[in-house]
Amino acid sequence: MKVLNIIETAYRATLEEQDDTGVWLAYTMKGVGADLDVLLRGNAVNYAVKGQDASGLQFGAWRQTQPPRLTEDVSNLISKGVAVFIVSEDLRERGLEGVPLVEGLTSVRRSELARLFGAYNQVWHW
Amino acid sequence: MSDKKTLTFALMDAPYENARSTTALRLIQIASKRGYDINVFAYEGSVFLAFAKQQRHPNAMHGRNAEEENHVLTKELVSSLMQETVRNGGKIDWVNCGMCVDERGAGEAVEGVRRGSPADFWKMAEASDNTLVIGTRG
Repeated sequence: MKVLNIIETAYRATLEEQDDTGVWLAYTMKGVGADLDVLLRGNAVNYAVKGQDASGLQFGAWRQTQPPRLTEDVSNLISKGVAVFIVSEDLRERGLEGVPLVEGLTSVRRSELARLFGAYNQVWHW
Repeated sequence: MSDKKTLTFALMDAPYENARSTTALRLIQIASKRGYDINVFAYEGSVFLAFAKQQRHPNAMHGRNAEEENHVLTKELVSSLMQETVRNGGKIDWVNCGMCVDERGAGEAVEGVRRGSPADFWKMAEASDNTLVIGTRG
């Protein structure tokens, strides 16, 4: 079985979780042999943008020592053999065309999504 | 060919926050009424759906005490769905994501709910006719 995970809802409690829970789940399932890929769309395309820094969260004496590093997490997915697709129009609409992105992404247009979905047994929308 | 299906549901929302939790449980109930085998992977806040320490409370606006108000406790909905599924000839495997449970201190779940991991979710999905993810929306 081959599954495409669409990750669209972005920055959902990422400071508390210290990652994106959809990306984490995909990474973890890949580690137990799951055959899956990821599609970043909507605001989640920003996960691929380099240069993010979410450090600095502090309450009184408490400081976050491990802030989320979403770009690294996406990069780790790719290194693990997960194909990570990104919707080109969603990048452009957010002014992200041409900004440095994680290496190894596969850009897709919206018009290509239906065909992409057809290549998978199941499509999970997170 | 048998009409019996196996469906997997992945839930994310905590109870009492939005209508998706109730909708998810209603969808599971439809599958249950059809005698389907059902898998549930409760991820993130949805581990609280089956939290055993939920308690009824009074409602001053309604002028009712806790007993009269009979507030909805999602743990009871989960238990009832589990019983109904078995009565209808189906099986139900409700797995709470263990790490999600730990970070929330939600370890006490109603009977029949077990602790698991993403590996369980993948196995469930592989053994199912289909999988429905009901994710939290921001």
